[in-house]
Amino acid sequence: MSDILLSLKGVKTYYGKIVALRGIDLDVHRGEIVTVIGANGAGKSTTMMTICGVTRAREGQIIYDGENITTLPTHQIVKKAIAQSPEGRRIFGRMTVLENLQMGAAVIDYAHFEEDLRMVYDLFPILEKRQSQRGGTLSGGEQQMLAIGRALMARPKLLMLDEPSLGLAPLVVKQIFEVVKELNEKQGLTVFLVEQNAYHALRLAHRGYVMINGQITMSGGGKELLSNPEVQAAYLEGGRH
Amino acid sequence: MSDFLQTRVGAALKDAALAAVITLLLASIMVGLRTKTEQGGLVIVGQWGLVAWMVGVVFVGRLAMSLLIWRGNNPVANAMNAMLPKQDTVSKIGKLVGPLLLLFAVTLPFYGNRYVIDMGILVLTYIMLGWGLNIVVGLAGLLDLGYVAFYAVGAYSYALFAQYFDLSFWVCLPLAGILAAFWGMILGFPVLRLRGDYLAIVTLAFGEIIRVVLLNWYEFTGGPDGISRIPRPSFFGLEFTRKNGFADFFGLDYSSMHRIIFLFYLILILALITNFVTMRLRKLPIGRAWEALREDEIACRSLGINTTNTKLTAFALGAMFGGFAGAFFATRQGFISPESFTFMESAIILAIVVLGGLGSQLGVVIASLVMIGGFEVFRDLEDLRMLVFGLLMVGIMIWKPRGIVSSRAPSVFLKEKKSVSGDLVAEGEG
Repeated sequence: MSDILLSLKGVKTYYGKIVALRGIDLDVHRGEIVTVIGANGAGKSTTMMTICGVTRAREGQIIYDGENITTLPTHQIVKKAIAQSPEGRRIFGRMTVLENLQMGAAVIDYAHFEEDLRMVYDLFPILEKRQSQRGGTLSGGEQQMLAIGRALMARPKLLMLDEPSLGLAPLVVKQIFEVVKELNEKQGLTVFLVEQNAYHALRLAHRGYVMINGQITMSGGGKELLSNPEVQAAYLEGGRH
Repeated sequence: MSDFLQTRVGAALKDAALAAVITLLLASIMVGLRTKTEQGGLVIVGQWGLVAWMVGVVFVGRLAMSLLIWRGNNPVANAMNAMLPKQDTVSKIGKLVGPLLLLFAVTLPFYGNRYVIDMGILVLTYIMLGWGLNIVVGLAGLLDLGYVAFYAVGAYSYALFAQYFDLSFWVCLPLAGILAAFWGMILGFPVLRLRGDYLAIVTLAFGEIIRVVLLNWYEFTGGPDGISRIPRPSFFGLEFTRKNGFADFFGLDYSSMHRIIFLFYLILILALITNFVTMRLRKLPIGRAWEALREDEIACRSLGINTTNTKLTAFALGAMFGGFAGAFFATRQGFISPESFTFMESAIILAIVVLGGLGSQLGVVIASLVMIGGFEVFRDLEDLRMLVFGLLMVGIMIWKPRGIVSSRAPSVFLKEKKSVSGDLVAEGEG
């Protein structure tokens, strides 16, 4: 088993005739937090959706755990223990918190359900208090916690988070990122994080990639990128987020 | 004057006056002038009295609506709201309603006369169709306007199997269900990528295609002549005939009611099976996947749910129950023709599901009773029937916009039971 869990090789994705990704190369090692930062429309979310097979790579390869998953259907990719907290959270509004979490475990057997539920409730105690409430009645921060909790119920090897800080108060963002860090340190969970909030993301991540216009223009350690003058000028201007 | 217009009553008066003016403008052209054939050609006759009536009705109606219904802080509407029971009481009553209705249905043949039992059979058929469609529309959130197609497939399967192969009802019933489910999947494949309005249009077309094929394939289906002399069902091989049938076997006096009562219990059992299967499925992964699919398809895919299979099973299962109901319809009527499977039927079944509250099993029952039963009760009103019926539907949608039973019981509990009212979530969500 190699050290690399996920690797994209020259991935190109199109929406019709429009190029969204112009050949992406990136690696995620086991036990790492890797972040992709970039402006709106840079292709961050497309990268994530391409990994999951929601949009298809027209060229290039996606290798996960030594296996080519480029053309697998989405539900089979997810069965390989890649869990995703999609952009905009997308929780099930009319279903209760508990049912939402149960949906997360749909892809694996329910054998570990109680145990995993305990783990998620320990990470986000607020979800336990809200467990019989409808998902739609939760606050934005709670919904994001639910989305992450739901993804964790699938016992992932790789957790992919798409803009978990979107529209949340700074304090809540901090709390959520601390949980991600804890998951990574204590359980050795590999995390692939797509973020606009470059400051928080780069501080958290071991390594980062900067994406502009469908291409990766820079990469390096999280702290290293954070102190890079170009990154600072483009993404951290106007103070700390 | 302008101060007066600022008040609620003033604003309502102004609004009503505006509506009356618009009515006057429209009605004076469309109703006020009428052509009449007289000697020497057409003459124009005025109907100004009728126009005045219409303007008056619109003015008073609009005024009453804006004073009593639309605006929140007014004494009349508040008093009416206070009269309505609280949510807690409603859910307590709701727990009793189901068993009571079931008891009522089971005992109905003991005291009902023939007309009532016939009505019961009709209502139960629609309840079964409503429950079947509820899987597709209520649970999986796939708007199907062509549900009657599966009803037709079921009915024609039985009729044709009986006609060509002389098969009995009990053999044909599962066959009809399987064939309908098969057609459900055939419809399912091309519409897998569609949602909402687009899906609705394609399913509408599908319903019409089935009807038009039945209408025009004269050699096979009899076209507009339909199929007659469809065999009646037997009770474990006992026919409901005067000689050597059900009555003789049990030593009863022959009565034509036996068959009616038998049909009543047959559709009751079929409907209860539909309900039981749906309720069980809701608690299984596939049922939860349907509901999740209704909420958010992309989230479903990102959780590793095979949305293709989930949609196809919803279509197939919904269609299967439609097929069972169709076979029952054929055997009960003894005669079927494409006339029975028009778009109107689809619309009524969909209205039952929507008025009852999407996804609610009890709601379907109440809505069927109100819609089908009410339709019959108001039969004496002749022309006014459709008007009363329409007002009823508008009324339900004003006061209960999410349907009669709008709360959704969670399918899983750990510690406490608690259902959340539909009022807490905005309409159109999910």
